[in-house]
Amino acid sequence: MSAPSTTPRPAAANSGDGSSSARLSPRRDLEPSIWPQLEPLLPQVTKPIQYVGGELGAVVKDWDAATVRWALMYPDAYEVGLPNQGVQILYEVLNELPDVLAERTYAVWPDLEKLMRAHGVPQFTVDAHRSVRDFDVFGVSFSTELGYTNLLTAIDLAGIPMLAADRTDADPVIVAGGHAAFNPEPIADFVDAAVLGDGEEAVLEITTIVREWKAEGSPGGRDELLLRLARTESVYVPRFYDVDYLPDGRIQRVVPNRPDVPFRVHKRTTMDLDAWPYPKKPLVPLAETVHERYAVEIFRGCTRGCRFCQAGMITRPVRERSITTVGQMVQQGLEFSGFHEVGLLSLSSADHSEIGDMCSGLAQQYEGTNVSLSLPSTRVDAFNIDLAQELSRNGRRTGLTFAPEGGSERIRKVINKMVSKEDLIRTVVTAYTNGWRQVKLYFMCGLPTETDSDVLEIADMAHEVIRAGRAATGSKDIRCTVSIGGFVPKPHTPFQWASMARPEVIDGRLKLLKQAINADRSLGRAIGFRYHDGEPSLIEGLLSRGDRRVGAVIRKVWENGGRFDGWSEHFSYRRWVEAADEVLPTFGVDLDWYTTRERDELEVLPWDHLDSGLDKDWLWQDWQDSLSEYEQDDCRWTPCFDCGVCPSMDTEIQIGPTGRKLLPLTPVNGLKVPTGAQQ
Amino acid sequence: MRFTSHRDFARAFERALRRAGVPIAFSQGFTPHPKISYASAAPTGVASEAEYLEIGLREPVDPEQLRAALDAALSPGLDVLDAVVADGGSLADRIEASHWRIELPAVEPAALERAVAAFTAADEVLVERMTKQGRRTFDARAAVMSIDVIRSAETPSGASGVSCAILELVVRQVTPSVRPDDVLSGLRVVADLEPPVSPRVNRLAQGTLTAQGAIVDPLDADRDGASIGEH
Repeated sequence: MSAPSTTPRPAAANSGDGSSSARLSPRRDLEPSIWPQLEPLLPQVTKPIQYVGGELGAVVKDWDAATVRWALMYPDAYEVGLPNQGVQILYEVLNELPDVLAERTYAVWPDLEKLMRAHGVPQFTVDAHRSVRDFDVFGVSFSTELGYTNLLTAIDLAGIPMLAADRTDADPVIVAGGHAAFNPEPIADFVDAAVLGDGEEAVLEITTIVREWKAEGSPGGRDELLLRLARTESVYVPRFYDVDYLPDGRIQRVVPNRPDVPFRVHKRTTMDLDAWPYPKKPLVPLAETVHERYAVEIFRGCTRGCRFCQAGMITRPVRERSITTVGQMVQQGLEFSGFHEVGLLSLSSADHSEIGDMCSGLAQQYEGTNVSLSLPSTRVDAFNIDLAQELSRNGRRTGLTFAPEGGSERIRKVINKMVSKEDLIRTVVTAYTNGWRQVKLYFMCGLPTETDSDVLEIADMAHEVIRAGRAATGSKDIRCTVSIGGFVPKPHTPFQWASMARPEVIDGRLKLLKQAINADRSLGRAIGFRYHDGEPSLIEGLLSRGDRRVGAVIRKVWENGGRFDGWSEHFSYRRWVEAADEVLPTFGVDLDWYTTRERDELEVLPWDHLDSGLDKDWLWQDWQDSLSEYEQDDCRWTPCFDCGVCPSMDTEIQIGPTGRKLLPLTPVNGLKVPTGAQQ
Repeated sequence: MRFTSHRDFARAFERALRRAGVPIAFSQGFTPHPKISYASAAPTGVASEAEYLEIGLREPVDPEQLRAALDAALSPGLDVLDAVVADGGSLADRIEASHWRIELPAVEPAALERAVAAFTAADEVLVERMTKQGRRTFDARAAVMSIDVIRSAETPSGASGVSCAILELVVRQVTPSVRPDDVLSGLRVVADLEPPVSPRVNRLAQGTLTAQGAIVDPLDADRDGASIGEH
């Protein structure tokens, strides 16, 4: 390889759009690219490559030729943020528009943050190393609430006022998206707007509004722009809503504080995934990231109805991508990227109506090519083993993970995860007899109504899996790993009213479980045990069901050094508890009030004015059904159970089978020599 | 690109092989690996205009077409300049020395000249570096064939008007390897030279040493011969 010491960067003049008054900022005379200031700092930080950009698939456009400029952020480290599908899709959708420019920015690690502060280097995009503050819109995608402190770091480093109320026409509009945006109240003071639901069309609509407003000469400044966004009824602008509280601390009501904005804001749903085959040009980084694969979403939404699962609730209805589109995306994605792994993503991939044909078709097409296929989210049944067999045809066996989620039959009825112990053992034994030596079993701890004995049954299950596996294979060389996550009640789920278990309770149960697993030493040796302790879950619970008052806690934690809360080595439970103890009593509430307190039916929840399509009465009924251990079927195969999404959002289930097969692909052999380079 | 670690580059190169449709040979075994061997990778944070590697193929290809296909498949900034069919013999054995250029922003050329003179006058300059085996002390002087301060009117890359001293080095491939930062440590040891800003290092060439101390392109030996080396 030969590499010039500096990647050539286009000299984009950063004079803004000149004509438009809203972008007249005193910072216009800054260097268009902050690269010259950043480069000398990079040798002093870990993994500098993550700040350099230049990925395959990255786009750098002429700043002056763009009318609407987006900075897109995934608020975690580059290695986690880069593979994020949501950001990649929006990046591509936006950059396909000729007059629109989108660049990406990620959370910088504390070592670089310190140097940036010392040298006055602002939060920058990795594409052309422009200051985030210079963009029109700063979109931040939250898969988890634990990214909130990283949002504050980015806002502050960008030189943007921390509070939305203090921002001027020179600052970008900060828009939150992603699953956590279904309750953006804890960050309502820091963001200007939030978008609920699918982003593909939402970013285009926002772009159109910004473009028109700028073309008119930015009338009414920032306030007018936000008002126009709010009028779409699918962009939530927190400042246009007032929250009133009852003397006991509960919310009395959330109402618009000006005419012209809707009482409720509705989620966006992109129908017909075949019309949105993104990412077409996936980003391929030089740096190592958590997922090195071409990922294609085979369907969106899930109606399995697991009561803890926010993703399944807020992404309804189920919309399948057709087998032919998936086949084409895989072919083009692999050819473009050079990846050798394909992930067929969704919330429960084996539920695609043509998953069998899809897996065998792809396995056949890529036989002998070193390309491996994986189905990351699968359910517990023997059909999965058939699929896994197909996928491992190329020789590589990826691990098998099954998620019964609950240890006892009773608790699985509570969470509506309809798997019997017999099914699970039969499935795992089939895997062992088909040559898998190791399976992973995933459970949750701290579920509503859970007792010690529900958790201890996990040990029985694991023991039986090993016993049955040894009997069936005649070998002692089989293992299973029990992996435990902490339950966090989420907004827009039947468990949104539930109380959380205290961390001591969770930790105590996990200790008992560990003892129970190892009570039989022969079986215990074949069982691995992985878990997270209860403390981070409690804080995630505070943030996921918090209201605007929690914003002050986030800010306090951030001021005390809180960063990268999703990373156990950076997360500090004490810092969160101390901040909560300091801030929340001034509002007459505390950490327990947000987390371990059960809500009643009539309480106004902080996100009630945000419409995920789910009928609140149906959610309450499902919560009651849960407590009486009554299960709910899947509406793809049984009649509609009236969750409310389809009628209120004017959507419908889109599933196959289409009956079509994968198009035969002409195998491409030989060197791909670029035209003009041939001799 | 200089911030790319060797691991990062190796991953990018393997992907480029697939994108370019190169009929790469794989090792035998349960997890087959493509046959690639890298010669003397530049340290992370250092730019290079002269890196070499060898790949094994399942079938013969035209070297120029291979070069063009790989070059197109790699990110901008990673350029494949030449490919030749290897005539056997190890590429690594032919890499005897590297030619480095070091830009030292905010260092006075006169101060650098004094430090270089002290360094050259010494028989041995012991420096320390953390290696995978822990902290090691070794001589940074003996491997340095030449060390010169460059007086040049041209503006160094990226610098904006501040004074900048430039050093050019030819260093023999030895074990433990003496890298440009080791030589800079040596200058600190002999003359307290402490660059206030991170230096910018670029490898200009590497290859076989002639008796006169010049570096010869290691691919020259293959130019009329037969396997692939590339650059």
